[in-house]
Amino acid sequence: MKTLVCIKQVPGTSEVKLDENGNLIRSGIDSKMNPYDLYAIESALKIKEQMGGEISVMTMGPPQAKEVIREAYMMGLDKGFLLTDRRFAGADVLATSYTLSQGAYQAGDFDLILCGKQTTDGDTAQVGPEMAEYLGIPHVANVKAIVEVKEKSIVLEVEMPTTIQTVEVTFPCLITVEKGIYQPRLPSYRLKKKTKYQEIIELTLDNFKDKNEKRYGLSGSPTQVEEIFPPDQNTTSERWEGEHLGTRLYDQLIDLKFIYKNK
Amino acid sequence: MARIVVNQKNIQDIDKAIKICPFGAIEWNEKKLEVEITDACKMCMICVNKGPEDAFVLEEDEVFIDKSLWKGVSVYVDHDNGVIHPVTYELIGKAKELASKINHPVYAVFIGSDIEKQAEEILHYGVDEVFVYDDEAFKDFKIEPYTAAFSDFIDKVSPSTVLVGATPLGRSLAPRVAARFKTGLTADCTILDMKENTDLVQIRPAFGGNIMAQISTPKSRPQFATVRYKIMNAPDRTDEPAGKITVCESPKNLFSAITVLSSKEKEVEEDIADAEVIVVAGRAIKKEEDLEMIELLAKEMGGKVAVTRPLIEAGWGDPKTQIGLSGRTVRPKLIITCGVSGSVQFKAGMTNSDYIFAINKDPKAAIFQVAHYAIVGDVYDVIPELLAKIKQSEEVKA
Repeated sequence: MKTLVCIKQVPGTSEVKLDENGNLIRSGIDSKMNPYDLYAIESALKIKEQMGGEISVMTMGPPQAKEVIREAYMMGLDKGFLLTDRRFAGADVLATSYTLSQGAYQAGDFDLILCGKQTTDGDTAQVGPEMAEYLGIPHVANVKAIVEVKEKSIVLEVEMPTTIQTVEVTFPCLITVEKGIYQPRLPSYRLKKKTKYQEIIELTLDNFKDKNEKRYGLSGSPTQVEEIFPPDQNTTSERWEGEHLGTRLYDQLIDLKFIYKNK
Repeated sequence: MARIVVNQKNIQDIDKAIKICPFGAIEWNEKKLEVEITDACKMCMICVNKGPEDAFVLEEDEVFIDKSLWKGVSVYVDHDNGVIHPVTYELIGKAKELASKINHPVYAVFIGSDIEKQAEEILHYGVDEVFVYDDEAFKDFKIEPYTAAFSDFIDKVSPSTVLVGATPLGRSLAPRVAARFKTGLTADCTILDMKENTDLVQIRPAFGGNIMAQISTPKSRPQFATVRYKIMNAPDRTDEPAGKITVCESPKNLFSAITVLSSKEKEVEEDIADAEVIVVAGRAIKKEEDLEMIELLAKEMGGKVAVTRPLIEAGWGDPKTQIGLSGRTVRPKLIITCGVSGSVQFKAGMTNSDYIFAINKDPKAAIFQVAHYAIVGDVYDVIPELLAKIKQSEEVKA
């Protein structure tokens, strides 16, 4: 069984803000693994415990993103790939998915690709399905539980708008897993020591099959950010300060008929 | 299709130029003795817009696209076994508004099995044409056949814009189809508008921070956007149907590697998305026991309790009661936030509520930006006082 987990390094907090002049305030260098990816890693480890095989892990980002691969090694993943190239900069969902799919072709022939449901910085939940489309394999998003892993297929419980589907999908396929599918294990100190010098394979555009620069980074991104601005401020607001705020709140809720004096 | 080009000669102060980028993606290359943009670039354009003049320039390839060949604002009819999700009607409402600005028709695409009757229902909401793919193969949602039918619709109709509800199903299907057409998709838009040149203006929280981004898809069609439930307004149902139904032939290859073994109704769980009154507990709640006062308040008003991400991470709440981009979007008549700081992700999940009361002791809390009533006070003072008043009035009655 050959499995690939796709992960991302995200900002440690949502510190990025705009100042009064509309300039982005530079955030700290603080970053962490996308919390949703921990569930994908744990799912891969659970599958490996049953089926054996090898788990690769892949991320795209600047050299600093190696940190999350190291963390994945500490959780027990086997082989790490970093897709890094200045020509990948400024990628939107489509260009990111395309880059990851090209990376996956180079990294090996996988039976199963796992992604977290979404990231905490982009919050789009789109990269997994787009990547599957580029790889020409089926995908199942919003996987709540892995019911059974068989030789040639996997049985999954899937979150739908009003129902829960149980589906069986044959390999190769890509799945995105929900938060809480398993409790992710903590990085192990033993593995930290053991994998300290373990190689992380770096791939650039020159390693890919498709070397057309126009399909990557900003050039390969059909969406463009035209403008950024602070969120809407509610202009009709009232501000209450001082004492007896609870009583004031009570009176207002009665006025607005959310609390009835004579119910 | 574009890139940012650095014109070295227009950079006088290198340190200052490097500091413009909030993501640290502008670096000094020691070898080339040049300022360059690294792969940490998030495409925020701040260097282009706010940097030294003509130092960072957005260079665009000449890509010709005849936008007049793409016509219509389309809505994907989200449904689960034929039960139409209400987000569909909200999107139709928005689609009508967008289409009227550029004089385009409004389409709906409905893929399912045995959906003739439901398709007629769509005609009560003001679409010009419903394209129906009705086939046994679409009985359960499976990604490949649904993508095939959706793609067939786009090939046949060439819509300019496609709106999809950001339900678990829509968030799986929309990216798949968008990638097939190698076009842009913007997730979870909170505001949509239409330019005269038919470019869709897509606004959403971005960069994981307190920032909104306006995004466009200027050189590619169709332009895909997903929108969450309870963000847009549904039109009133008309008594008389209008528009027509076009039954489409199913694509030939509807193979799927997926077999649906069973499908069960979700257990009817308390869904905060349907609550009219919501009381939200935020980070200011110090102990799990203190949630009791929040629960009591919600109960007194016939409402439900919701929480923010920090409380979920502390294990104090059911993730299904989380509000925000990684949780639920809600639009109650009344929402009272108790000690919620108000991250942009949280606000995006509740900003359309009719009345927003925010209690926070930090006068600068971001939540106050969206609150109708900004109550600068400690939840540990305000809530007990409010509860005491409610109790008092009940005792008087008794």
